[in-house]
Amino acid sequence: MIAIVTVTGLDHTGIVAAVSTRMSALGINIVNISQTIMGEYFTMIAQCEFDETAQPIESIQAELRRVGEEQQVVVRLQSEAIFRAMHEL
Amino acid sequence: MDSAHDILETIEMIEENRLDIRTVTMGISLLDCADPDPAVACKKIYERIVRCAGSLVSTAAGIETELGIPIINKRIAVTPISLVAAASHTENYTCFAQALDRAASAVGVDFIGGFSALVQKSRTTADRRLIASLPEALASTELVCSSVNIGSSKAGINMSAVTQMGEIIREVAARTGGMGCAKLVVFCNAVGDNPFMAGGFHGVEEGDCCVNVGVSGPGVVKRALDKVPDASFGQMAETIKKAAFKITRMGQLVGTMAAQRLDVPFGIVDLSLAPTAAIGDSVAEILQTMGVEHVGGHGTTAALALLNDAVKKGGLMACSHVGGLSGSFIPVSEDAAMVDAVRNGSLSLDKLEAMTAICSVGLDMIAIPGDTPASTIAAMIADEAAIGMMNNKTTAVRVIPAPGSVVGDEIDFGGLLGSAPVMAVNPSDAERLTRRGGRLPAPVHSFRA
Repeated sequence: MIAIVTVTGLDHTGIVAAVSTRMSALGINIVNISQTIMGEYFTMIAQCEFDETAQPIESIQAELRRVGEEQQVVVRLQSEAIFRAMHEL
Repeated sequence: MDSAHDILETIEMIEENRLDIRTVTMGISLLDCADPDPAVACKKIYERIVRCAGSLVSTAAGIETELGIPIINKRIAVTPISLVAAASHTENYTCFAQALDRAASAVGVDFIGGFSALVQKSRTTADRRLIASLPEALASTELVCSSVNIGSSKAGINMSAVTQMGEIIREVAARTGGMGCAKLVVFCNAVGDNPFMAGGFHGVEEGDCCVNVGVSGPGVVKRALDKVPDASFGQMAETIKKAAFKITRMGQLVGTMAAQRLDVPFGIVDLSLAPTAAIGDSVAEILQTMGVEHVGGHGTTAALALLNDAVKKGGLMACSHVGGLSGSFIPVSEDAAMVDAVRNGSLSLDKLEAMTAICSVGLDMIAIPGDTPASTIAAMIADEAAIGMMNNKTTAVRVIPAPGSVVGDEIDFGGLLGSAPVMAVNPSDAERLTRRGGRLPAPVHSFRA
């Protein structure tokens, strides 16, 4: 599945490292990544791939939510389909 | 891939503006469940529903997880039961409602619609039995929704049925403390692919089974208008169209995925703006953002006309097939700003009636005094039906005369149905008008052959 991982919250050291390490451990391959800081606000968007038959999406989402709690940011993983449907003709 | 801006905009719509899929509704034909033995017919109905919709809720939950967008309701709409029960040797159709209730409970859906009769021209014996069964059926079930279509632009208005429905609504209120009336809709020009409840049923023109989707998102439209405070009417229409397009694309995506996974055809997307009682999820707030101080004030109807039309224009290109009611809903109890407007005296029944002339769906979720005569309720239905008949649109009445309630009392319907203050009705007597019976003739719409 191709999915989009978004991470938002107050900036601090180590967010990218923590999230990408956990993604790597979950077998999620990042194919495109961008990250910006607006004021004190951290935003990271990663397009990624994983095999949803090897691990159900619910457990991946739960793991990412956990790393989000640890880092005090919000981490979401959603199918890329929702963004394509809304913004592409 | 999409720009970061687009991705964050989608997330903001869902998390901050309450964008959701209001309902994924499976339509199921029960026509071949008819049987002379009502117990056998009910068994067939139960088995058919459980077989078709067994995985509806889990499929919708899976899509919700994958896309990260809430799907608020999972529902079922079935063939109008008066058509299915007609073959059965029984006068009381309550057992059919109970079979629907058991099936809905077994598959875990929020509501099941279709305990219905289509009597716009005349009533069959089965239609009469179904209508007579309504008080007991609604009092003895939890999840069953019912509707009766009493008029159409083609057939006129069946005034005998209208008069009867005035009495039935009072009986339902008496049997259920008013709550049953929230699950009973009286329609003119009812449609067979409406995914919203309480008025949804699976029309006879439909196939064996399909999935229809109702989108929502008044918060998204309001937020879009907030960003253009000085826009002209034309610019407001453009802004609403763009927001509606994006909202509807979600409906199309979810419907396509649900149909594919359930292995049934995708029916339609209903392009309605459906409010909930939550703050920020209100159609009335959109009208107020447009510049009406309190919904119900002068200018409300014009603002609503623009909103309703722009939502349709924006949504039409966003999905493959449009259907259902497709317009802005104005259910009083389900819209916090509308409830406020009733409380502060800005919104009356008369203004609501004017608003229903240009949007979906009618006098919806309105608490009226418990002593409102049946003839007055019938006359309210007749007025709404006349608006629908003359304008070739769907109109409906869902009023709740809660026993013992008086103007100003608060009626709490619970959950998504919200709560509402009891509104004053015109005390003028309509008994002599409504007791005439017969059929109000269909109008001439042009002189074309």
